[in-house]
Amino acid sequence: MNKRLPWWVTCSAILALALLYLPMLAVVVFSLNDGRYGFAWRGFTLKWYAQLLHNRAILDAATNTLILAGVSTAIATPLGTLLGVGLVRFPWTGRTRRAMEFLLYLPVVTPDIVFAAAMVVAFSFLRVFSDWFEPGLATMILAHVTFQIAFVALVIQSRLATLGRTLEEAARDLYADTHQLMRRVTLPLLLPGIVAGAMLAFTLSLDDFVISFFTAGPESTTLPILIYAAVRRGITPELHALSTLVFLLTVVVALLLERLSRIAYTEPKV
Amino acid sequence: MLIWYGEATTPGRLRLRGLMIAGLPLLWLVILLLLPSLTLVVIAFMQRDAYGQIVWQPSLGNLRRLMGFGLLAWSADYIIILLRSLWMALVTTVLAVVLSYPLAFFIAARPARRRYFWLALVIIPFCTNLVIRTYAWMLILSQHMPPAKLAAWLGLIPPETSLYPSAFAVYLVMVSSFLPFAALPLYTTIERLDWSVVEAARDLYAGGYRVFWHAILPQTLPGLAVAVILTFIPAMGVFVVPDLLGGAKTMLVGNLIQQQFGPSRDLPFGSALSLALMVLTLIGLFALRRRRTGAPLP
Repeated sequence: MNKRLPWWVTCSAILALALLYLPMLAVVVFSLNDGRYGFAWRGFTLKWYAQLLHNRAILDAATNTLILAGVSTAIATPLGTLLGVGLVRFPWTGRTRRAMEFLLYLPVVTPDIVFAAAMVVAFSFLRVFSDWFEPGLATMILAHVTFQIAFVALVIQSRLATLGRTLEEAARDLYADTHQLMRRVTLPLLLPGIVAGAMLAFTLSLDDFVISFFTAGPESTTLPILIYAAVRRGITPELHALSTLVFLLTVVVALLLERLSRIAYTEPKV
Repeated sequence: MLIWYGEATTPGRLRLRGLMIAGLPLLWLVILLLLPSLTLVVIAFMQRDAYGQIVWQPSLGNLRRLMGFGLLAWSADYIIILLRSLWMALVTTVLAVVLSYPLAFFIAARPARRRYFWLALVIIPFCTNLVIRTYAWMLILSQHMPPAKLAAWLGLIPPETSLYPSAFAVYLVMVSSFLPFAALPLYTTIERLDWSVVEAARDLYAGGYRVFWHAILPQTLPGLAVAVILTFIPAMGVFVVPDLLGGAKTMLVGNLIQQQFGPSRDLPFGSALSLALMVLTLIGLFALRRRRTGAPLP
């Protein structure tokens, strides 16, 4: 469709895009500014980035963030894939189907703060039984995995819908048993969807603030939590440098995700 | 016996296999999602004693507190906060959707090859951290930067003040943060728009507004529904934005809940608030669904 759009549509669109990018541009520009206080431009510098590398707290937070995202994605992706496949590829009916879909969509329709509140309440009870549920990395991982499973399963469901039935039926016609079917047909075809789901889960975990904030312990600060605390104390230029780096990481992950989604949502060539 | 995906089998065997495959994740969700949610609902009706422990006697105390019957005279504080959150979420959703339509049309009007570039442009902020974006807006809206200076020059605010904390700042940042959530689903339906219907409307002498309302809008309803859901739900529960940019006058439910789980240590009341938030969210979603008139085109 190559239509000529009314001028005000184009203007609004550009305005919307500007609104989206203005904050990030500001942070990047400020991170390169040589002035400690104030907003006057005082020359180009990379010293704030250098200072970052010596900041113990920031490095710890960055490590925690990556460990949290990595471990939770590693757990959530297989579970989410199983859930997605299990929901779509079997003839569930009526109440069973509705119950399963309810569980699947619950994390998606709950505001994160309600989800976080439920997690805190649950962990405060489970703490009676085991030390594992003290606020810390373990509880954060458990909480993250719980909402990641739903999103991975949704991505897998879309991918399965795109794939359709033909290839699996053909495999069955050629005497494949379930194990062979899964290993040699379903899983390879599903792979772009699995990777896309994993990247989505990873991004969601990296960016998560509210859920981490509620379930974190004193030793398990993540970058978003650190940034939030720092903003409340007082904004420093190191913060701009850190935010720019986080932003760049997110850009890379987002672009990869977009690439993969494109592959995942196109029909396989037979 | 039935044929399922080319295999001859019985429903019983299929069910067993399905349970083996989906069983583990379902178990996880039941234990770590369903049970906590039920616990939340149960605790909402309990009270907290002087030491912060939970008193296991069901009571409607939290409910009455929400309605305003506190220790002293009746005050509408909590009700106001709940309604304010509902209102701000509705306004944010409407504004985000209104801004998203031109954006989605713009992207759809690009030649097919360049569309992915523009889509990536919209997806990137979508993946950025809300805390970072919020504090970036704090920088932009501060008194030393052009926007605040312009507003002061225009007489809208006293000189030498920032544009935050204020309701305006909260609205601005919420709309700009949730814009991608609205734009992407809308885009998926606009990309597939059937322009022949629009042409037909024009042939029948429809003016611009009617063309949009009757020919374009009904076709975009599925995407619009998703856009509204994806924007409204997080907007109801947002707490970072009002916390950093809102100040005391624009306190929202999110901040209240965070207070209960943090400084106040009042888990039952926090749970009651969360419950109220969920109920309001469902009411709001229901109201938004009914506002959209007309049925999708057959």
